Amino acid sequence: MTEASNFLTEQNAREADQRRADGPGFEGPYLVVENLHVSFPTADGTVQAVTDMSYSLEQGKTLGIVGESGSGKSVSSMAIMGLHDMKRTHMTGSIRVGGREIVGLSNNKMQSLRGGEVAMIFQDPLSSLHPFYSIGSQISEAYLAHNKVSRSKAKAKAVEMLDRVGIPQARSRVDDYPHQFSGGMRQRAMIAMALVNDPKLLIADEPTTALDVTVQAQILDLLQELQRDFNSAIIIITHDLGVVAEMADQVLVMYGGRAVEHGPTKELLTHPEMPYTWGLLSSVPDVTADTSGRLIPIPGNPPSLLNPPSGCSFHPRCPHRDKVPGDLCRTELPLLVEGTRGPEHLKRCHLANPDMIYETEVLPEIAPDLVDLTVADGADHVAPENR
Amino acid sequence: MTQPEVAAAPASTDGSGQRPILEVTNLRKYFPVQSAGVIRRTIGHVQAVDGVSFQVEQGGALGLVGESGCGKSTTGRLITRLLDPTSGSMKFNGREIGNLSNKQMLPLRKEIQMIFQDPYSSLNPRHTVGTIVGTPLRVHKMVPDKQVLTRVKELLEVVGLNPEHYNRYPSEFSGGQRQRIGVARALALQPKVLVADEPVSALDVSIQAQVVNLLQDVQKEFNIAFLFIAHDLAVVRHFCPDVAVMYLGKIVEIADRETLYARPHHPYTQALLSAVPDVKQAAIGGRRERIRLEGDVPSPVNPPSGCRFRTRCWMAQDICAKQEPPLLQIGPKHKVACHFAGEYGAMPTSPITLDALGVDQHGTPVSGAAPSTEDLIKPGFSDAYTNLETHKSSSERLVGDRIVDDPKGEGTATEK
Amino acid sequence: MFGYIIRRAVSGILVLLATSVAVFALFFYGPSNPALAYCPETRCTPERLANITESLGLDRPVLEQYGGYMKGIVAGNDFEAGAISIPCDAPCLGVSFKLRVDVADYLLARFPATLSLAVGGVAIAVTLGTALGIFASRVRGTLADKLIVGSSLVINAVPYYLVALLAFLYLISEWGIFPQSGYVSPFTAGPISWAAGLLLPWLVIGITSSTQYARFSRGSMIESMNEDYVRTARAKGLSDRMVTLKHALRSAVVPVVTIMGLEFAALLAGTIFTERIFDIQGIGKTALDAIGTKDLPIIAATVLIAAAFVVTANIVVDIIYSLLDPRVRLS
Repeated sequence: MTEASNFLTEQNAREADQRRADGPGFEGPYLVVENLHVSFPTADGTVQAVTDMSYSLEQGKTLGIVGESGSGKSVSSMAIMGLHDMKRTHMTGSIRVGGREIVGLSNNKMQSLRGGEVAMIFQDPLSSLHPFYSIGSQISEAYLAHNKVSRSKAKAKAVEMLDRVGIPQARSRVDDYPHQFSGGMRQRAMIAMALVNDPKLLIADEPTTALDVTVQAQILDLLQELQRDFNSAIIIITHDLGVVAEMADQVLVMYGGRAVEHGPTKELLTHPEMPYTWGLLSSVPDVTADTSGRLIPIPGNPPSLLNPPSGCSFHPRCPHRDKVPGDLCRTELPLLVEGTRGPEHLKRCHLANPDMIYETEVLPEIAPDLVDLTVADGADHVAPENR
Repeated sequence: MTQPEVAAAPASTDGSGQRPILEVTNLRKYFPVQSAGVIRRTIGHVQAVDGVSFQVEQGGALGLVGESGCGKSTTGRLITRLLDPTSGSMKFNGREIGNLSNKQMLPLRKEIQMIFQDPYSSLNPRHTVGTIVGTPLRVHKMVPDKQVLTRVKELLEVVGLNPEHYNRYPSEFSGGQRQRIGVARALALQPKVLVADEPVSALDVSIQAQVVNLLQDVQKEFNIAFLFIAHDLAVVRHFCPDVAVMYLGKIVEIADRETLYARPHHPYTQALLSAVPDVKQAAIGGRRERIRLEGDVPSPVNPPSGCRFRTRCWMAQDICAKQEPPLLQIGPKHKVACHFAGEYGAMPTSPITLDALGVDQHGTPVSGAAPSTEDLIKPGFSDAYTNLETHKSSSERLVGDRIVDDPKGEGTATEK
Repeated sequence: MFGYIIRRAVSGILVLLATSVAVFALFFYGPSNPALAYCPETRCTPERLANITESLGLDRPVLEQYGGYMKGIVAGNDFEAGAISIPCDAPCLGVSFKLRVDVADYLLARFPATLSLAVGGVAIAVTLGTALGIFASRVRGTLADKLIVGSSLVINAVPYYLVALLAFLYLISEWGIFPQSGYVSPFTAGPISWAAGLLLPWLVIGITSSTQYARFSRGSMIESMNEDYVRTARAKGLSDRMVTLKHALRSAVVPVVTIMGLEFAALLAGTIFTERIFDIQGIGKTALDAIGTKDLPIIAATVLIAAAFVVTANIVVDIIYSLLDPRVRLS
């Protein structure tokens, strides 16, 4: 029995290696998303959740997708997992995972990808784990779904993974139920479940939002450590710029279903060129900033996805729209194009000189202590190196 | 034993001279835990809040921060008397309210109002905004019935909503607007104290700032004292001149915000602050050293002996298991509950609490010592405090025969 | 978990005690004099009535009577009225002077019929109802879904006795599609004739009460398909079948089990109609007959037995809860 399953595992592993080696040979980044549109027809009209989104992500790199609720950040990532109910979803464009097109892929083919090559962890680990099944059985179930092994082997794998993500006494805790774990341990268990099949792409949807800060720090450390070991690509979806700043190589800011700014993390956070990104930076206090002033909120509310505003979807809330001549912000949708700082930094904004406005108007208000630093750094306007 | 080193100054109970509107002394709330057997017996207590003392000045703001389960929300519910305290004293405007009956409490309820975290579930979806904001006005007879509507409209305007929307239902408003309705309802009774329990954490980031600014405006305009409960250290720092950090039902450090955030002296505060991801630091490539806390918060049913943080503390020593560190004042507006309180990486070589507790370095009581524990549970700050600088030199004077016992010098269990 | 079940059992016994007090009080303070039932109308002189009252012990204080009743349940109680003597062993639920029998023995003989009826009916209702409900939830919004929900509402709206009566009249009497109903013991007459006699009553009970299960399981399936952990199960790459049956169904069953406990009481009330219409000699028909003859000890006993039925069903529900949900089991 053991030998047989051993043999199966080996065979499995060989086949998997084979697939990896000569499979559908692909070049370029592991994940390529092009012109993705996702919409949900409802009784009130069509909800345009994601509009014309394109990005790519290489193995071993991390992309941070930032936005508020309804910005389309989760919807676009669920699409990569094929988690939308296709009966109620309209999806066009292209998503290539490891060279394979998955838009329009049958549910059966999607199943082998989900939880195998592409895995996902979610915001609330308590509600994301089934309350009636033990942690171990939920992890080994994920393993069994993609590997032909015995149950005892799968359970041993679950123990190994729990140990790997830092659950103390994994062997005795493997039979515990989710309610017997603390919040941080539950998220570790979720990570163990996601990584059990050695995924090449991990999508983490607000992985630390439900957790306390010290636990958040533990989980972020763990994700970085595991990324080094597994060399997986990670998409981290969050509303917290701080998390992105620490985790991501690339940042993509979403607003109203569209990417509005995209670039290398350090570059984008030090020289943001889109007023919405400025708003995000200025509306969040941080633990070192000056406390005497007021926060500078973004006025108004996020846009409706049923009846999006004309032109730039941010224009009703944008304090800088008057700087663009001819009422362009209201009438014409800006394209996501190269900004003033090189080809890697894209922005969707009509402003002609966003860098100047940021340095002279925005930065002095949100971080006077950083003005000298960034101005000095950005003065010569060379494209900064990637992290 | 050396005499306590105190920086002597003219006696006055309160540094700023402002009278505290809210004064909480040694507040406790224990929830019974029942056995699972045939007959349910009380087999222990969840020590949700265990001996908390603080005060909030008129028109001031105290932030309560800490992680889930630390007792900060329970404290807020005790102060609004949504829960009854197990023991301890709560004084509103000098009047004890901890032991008032519901009926006696009624006239005081309007003085202490609460804003809740979830703007979705804390508003009755079947009532119009006018009813929601107007009901407290009617119940407490704040204005004659005929003027309720006028007053409701005024309040809606104050919180930045269209006053003509009084006949709409909560579902017609966005999250941020609903939180504004919650603020209007709380303001209706012209409270002197507002307990805000995670008032912005359910809101989108761009909306959080709007609500924080609104709360600051009403605080200034109506001179309301805030007890601001939140897990977001940055928001608390922005809003509250004074901040208390809670861990497992106790305040471990309380200080003005400049001191607390710039020079935290308790290892837990240090760990908490270092865990917050910082956009600006990360953006310019610098990353603050992160203190990694291992494991989880212990159960509040069976908290560790002595110092409750010692099981996760990198500098814990013998005394930490034996003696609970008192909340010792170490600066003009700075109290900390740690035997080895000091700035990160600069921990004192001998416990700073020995004189206050009347014990030796190993936590064994010294005969003839006069512990001053009574003073240590008082809320607020006094003008006399233990000066760590002079303490250092005094302990060094002592060191001659004692330093040998000191097992480790500095905290070492941290990594980059 | 053991303590949990014991606690439920203890509270069940308390419920039964309360029921017995209520039943007893109803008779003692009720409008009709039980002694009248034993007094032949034409020859009932006041003396004779007083005699009967005394021999039945109805003149004694209520507490004493209740005490005697309780003692009978625990220790047995032999009845003597004039020349008649009826032995009544524990558990003694009294004797019927009308029928001159020990009530407990009398009902025990009728119990298997009711039990067969109830268990079979519930089994059909639960299987049919949850299957339809799950199916409807999977095809939500389609014609099939609307048909299931619509017909379940229609069946629910028609009074149960009407359905039972029409079924009996047409399917047995008129068209003869189903065999003549009635109860025979499966041990003496064989399981086939046992099942044949109960087939239509089972189907009538099963189909009518399956509507509740169908609607509830449909609703709770839809709800649990939207749970985060079902999304997790899909994200693991499990097949739709596994996701639906293992993850969604397991938690969707919990509210259905709750309904099972509640439905059981409704089913017992329905038993009176079922047994009367299909001519099955069970507890329900006995109760109905006893009401006709004002045979109070039998009525009291049937009420107690019905209460015991419901209490037991609820304990079973609690046990199922704890088996399903580790949070109940391990608390």
